[in-house]
Amino acid sequence: MSKVRVLVGTRKGAFILESDGKRESWAISGPHFAGWEMYHLKGSPANPDRIWASQTSGWFGQQMQRSDDGGKSWQPVGNKFQYDGPTGTHQWYDGTPHPWEFKRVWHIEPSLTDPDTVYAGIEDAALFVSRDAGGEWSELAGLRGHGTGPAWQPGAGGMCLHTVILDPHDPLRIFIAISAAGAFRTDDGGASWKPINKGLYSKYIPDPNAEVGHCVHHIAMHPSRPNVLFMQKHWDVMRTDDAGDHWTKVSGNLPTDFGFVIDVHAHEPETIYVVPIKNDSEHFPLDGKLAVYRSRTGGNEWEPLTKGLPQKDCYVNVLRDAMAVDSLDSCGVYFGTTGGQVYGSADAGDSWFPIVRDLPAVLSVEVQTIA
Amino acid sequence: MIRVELPAHLRTLARVTGEVAVEVEGPVTIGSVLAAVESRYPMLQGAIRDHGTLKRRPFVRFFVCMEDWSHQPADTPLPEAVASGREPFLVVGAIAGG
Repeated sequence: MSKVRVLVGTRKGAFILESDGKRESWAISGPHFAGWEMYHLKGSPANPDRIWASQTSGWFGQQMQRSDDGGKSWQPVGNKFQYDGPTGTHQWYDGTPHPWEFKRVWHIEPSLTDPDTVYAGIEDAALFVSRDAGGEWSELAGLRGHGTGPAWQPGAGGMCLHTVILDPHDPLRIFIAISAAGAFRTDDGGASWKPINKGLYSKYIPDPNAEVGHCVHHIAMHPSRPNVLFMQKHWDVMRTDDAGDHWTKVSGNLPTDFGFVIDVHAHEPETIYVVPIKNDSEHFPLDGKLAVYRSRTGGNEWEPLTKGLPQKDCYVNVLRDAMAVDSLDSCGVYFGTTGGQVYGSADAGDSWFPIVRDLPAVLSVEVQTIA
Repeated sequence: MIRVELPAHLRTLARVTGEVAVEVEGPVTIGSVLAAVESRYPMLQGAIRDHGTLKRRPFVRFFVCMEDWSHQPADTPLPEAVASGREPFLVVGAIAGG
């Protein structure tokens, strides 16, 4: 029987939640790496026993960990992220030039086919790859070397490369997103990149239609349609049908289109999920009522999903990497909150249940569906 | 042997309990002790000092014989009490963060 493994990164350690395909009874292990900030954990699609973890600390810096037994044991791997060539500068918050400085790994994206190859999106924004199971990391410097690099500016959370999407149909194509530079695409395996922000409108920047400078919060893709991407921007939910060349706003009837997460149903490429957040200074649900919104039409028409979620006095946030879906027949959806709850749904969002309620603030949620 | 006391998180990372002991060839300095620790426990590379510049991480401090040596140059010889193993070299996580 299939089983599900939910990988949860929190401010004070990692937790692994496991259930059989019914998703009714859960075993919880952790904290792994107790006391460390666990920005992201993700399993290899090519070998589900292999899991990667980004472990970081304001005191002791960045560690990378790898498990080869499904999270039962871990070993530290290479943690040297050195920019390739001259570091150069990006813009600081006040608009002055500021040297690129490595701070942490925000997102790990294992290769779809090779368990020894894994990508890391870092702050200050750059994309790294390891092809030897995490031993050595090298920068795909064409991204940071893109001509617009000196104009990139950090978002409130830092200048992080937080989204990495590998095209399952084209091994040379990768999408990434940076807060607050925007989205970029490579069609040659990372040697060269182009900004893909046409159609984004951000009224809080000097040129609302700028080529770069948009605060993209997260992007999601259904693997069967790699040219269709869905984006939760700072404000606005967007979609593209041509791999990012043009974006269209699909916020539709959302009560607020500010938010962080966005994800796509495992079997229905036009079914997408967001968690609307009140606004950019009040990072909590509207009226203290936690709701996931689902569109079955690829955007514009949205329905609130609230069954099982708190409908009063709820003032948590759901951060950008803290939602994921499983691929069981009845698609499971999972998300974690800054209040330490991890909610799951075994019926594509129709109803929700808390798997755990009292973890440290959740930074990331990923799911492995294991046959 | 040089005795080195690591903070709890780094002991966990290095999978050691209590003090560690390292052999240092040549002058016993902050730099040579840290290099010996990192050589024996490679997972600590980058955790105490920067990979490239070898500068102490801002929230890591060094104490020697009850004194704060955090701002001493890395090539400053450590006291005989540390070099002889009578006193440990302390790596401490700063009390910070609120």
